[in-house]
Amino acid sequence: MSASGQDRAKSTRPVVLDRAGLEGLIAALAAEGREVIGPVRRDGAIVHEPISGVDDLPRGWVDEQSGGQYRLRREGEALFGITHGPQGWKRILHPPKETLWSVETGAAPKITAPPPDDTRRAFLGVRPCDLAAIAIQDKVFLDGPFRDPRYGSRRENLFLVAVNCTRSAATCFCTSMGTRPEAGAGYDIVLTELEGETFLASSGSVAGQDILAALPTRPADDMHLASAEAGIERAADQQRHLDIDGLPDLLKSNPDHPRWDEVASRCLNCANCTMVCPTCFCTTLDEVSTLDGTGAAREQRWASCFTTEFSHVHGGAVRPGARARYRQWMTHKLATWVDQFDTLGCTGCGRCISWCPVGIDITQEAAMIRGEGGER
Amino acid sequence: MLDPGPHVDPMVPVLATVTRRWQDLPDVVTFEIEAPGWSGFAPGQFNMLSVFGVGEIPISISGPVSDPGRIVHTIRDVGPVSKALANLPEGAVIGLRGPYGVPWPVERALGRDVVVVAGGLGLAPVRPILYELIENRLDYGKVTLLYGARSPRDMLFATELAEWRSRLDIGVEVTVDRATEAWHGHVGVVTSLLAGADFDPAATTAFVCGPEIMMRFGANGLTDAGVAPGDIFLSMERNMQCAIGLCGHCQLGPVFVCKDGPVFDWARLKPLMAVKEL
Repeated sequence: MSASGQDRAKSTRPVVLDRAGLEGLIAALAAEGREVIGPVRRDGAIVHEPISGVDDLPRGWVDEQSGGQYRLRREGEALFGITHGPQGWKRILHPPKETLWSVETGAAPKITAPPPDDTRRAFLGVRPCDLAAIAIQDKVFLDGPFRDPRYGSRRENLFLVAVNCTRSAATCFCTSMGTRPEAGAGYDIVLTELEGETFLASSGSVAGQDILAALPTRPADDMHLASAEAGIERAADQQRHLDIDGLPDLLKSNPDHPRWDEVASRCLNCANCTMVCPTCFCTTLDEVSTLDGTGAAREQRWASCFTTEFSHVHGGAVRPGARARYRQWMTHKLATWVDQFDTLGCTGCGRCISWCPVGIDITQEAAMIRGEGGER
Repeated sequence: MLDPGPHVDPMVPVLATVTRRWQDLPDVVTFEIEAPGWSGFAPGQFNMLSVFGVGEIPISISGPVSDPGRIVHTIRDVGPVSKALANLPEGAVIGLRGPYGVPWPVERALGRDVVVVAGGLGLAPVRPILYELIENRLDYGKVTLLYGARSPRDMLFATELAEWRSRLDIGVEVTVDRATEAWHGHVGVVTSLLAGADFDPAATTAFVCGPEIMMRFGANGLTDAGVAPGDIFLSMERNMQCAIGLCGHCQLGPVFVCKDGPVFDWARLKPLMAVKEL
């Protein structure tokens, strides 16, 4: 759903869609001139790439995730058996690198900004955690006193097809974060995969309603609804837990907890967690000059608070110590984000756990600050 | 604020021209620039200045608010961009975004005593306050400027300091860390001047700017003298890339120094500055 389309949102009675219906959905979105992007298996991981049909989806694959581990293996026949890959959708909405403007230098300099990216896109297979992450980045980039017009343009032209989770990875904890394996709002269409390549489908916007109405569907019966609900409950039951009750105040009042030193002794400061985090938004600017010296460009790239350069001011880094950098990241996600954007900065997707080379687990670190034991 | 005009992207600067430039100190330059669409600023606000091919940095505005067409910046050449800025000749074209940031709340000092504590180059961001206090002198109680420099040779705006010192309606005290033989004034940190300053702590608004450690001692000294933490204002420095709360670098716990600051009161800052490496 476009960022401004929430008010038009309409929910309809769920319908059932089979494989031909899903194929029709992809075709209908493409017929609207949209680039349809979905989960694709590549290099042993799930990535988000343009798809032209159901055959591009990773049918019969599931993922195994744990601290520092991510593996795909064959299991079952589901089209959306995998939970999520390393990258969230921010890679497209808030790219790792973009040119903000360029300038021709010389006697009469001229600044040129690239035109806004108004590509019409449809994301297919957005997990509820990633839908929540998009909503969080909407707050960061669009709701403040200053807007990021590049993000805004991509967002305005976006159609979202969410897919509820009927299976969780061992690293998932979205239920603890209030996100849940079932998409709440913000989608145009939401699907829940049932047995035998059938889907329960509902719309969340007028645009979604229109598309769904034109597809071959049949009304859902109680069996379909019960099956979807059971799948979602199963996913919720498979998760680890993070107790967020009072957590923001707990973290803010424990800046000198010895656990920060302990985690700093394991953390490699590699910044992987910030790169895979679907809500991390920080960027750094680079100045790039042309070889002949007649021009320059201002480029924006993802930054990470795990680097010392991130906090550099004249005289040195504000956070030279690894403990301070880990504390900044985790306290931001689970505490100060609330002060800044009125929401936690974590969706419980668990990517930071899987992609941490040493398997640092944010749920365990939070539990240790709370004073609970190492057992989970 | 600049007219957004065609610049709907807040990250895209306008072109500005350096019209006047003078060397304050061997490593400090002040220049005036002209920018289209500029409609003034408030004391304590800053601009993002770009040298094309080098980069962009935040620089506070050091000129008077009452002359809105003039944009004055004072720059010490400490890094690649500030060095490039300091070396620009008159006529050079740079990029400008701004003004940004929460200003010094000078209006809160109306009818009250005012103490301005500045260290080193920290005199530049508070100079617009001093201009305002002098122009509307009768609107304020006793006005005191306490300034500390590393040595007599490092004294910023020395001519203006002498002018202000010669006035009978402002108390100006100056100290240096390291004296020379010719120096007759105070020697020691700027906070040591607080003891001799004449102000009514219960009715005082204070503005403090300088190195972070100096500001911490300054704010604590003022609090010890009886000034309420909510009446003491500091201007913070952090890494800033965007100045609009989107790049994340300037976070200090819950606040973005660029858009929630750079000016904060001590009641808000003290608990944040008490945490090492926040």
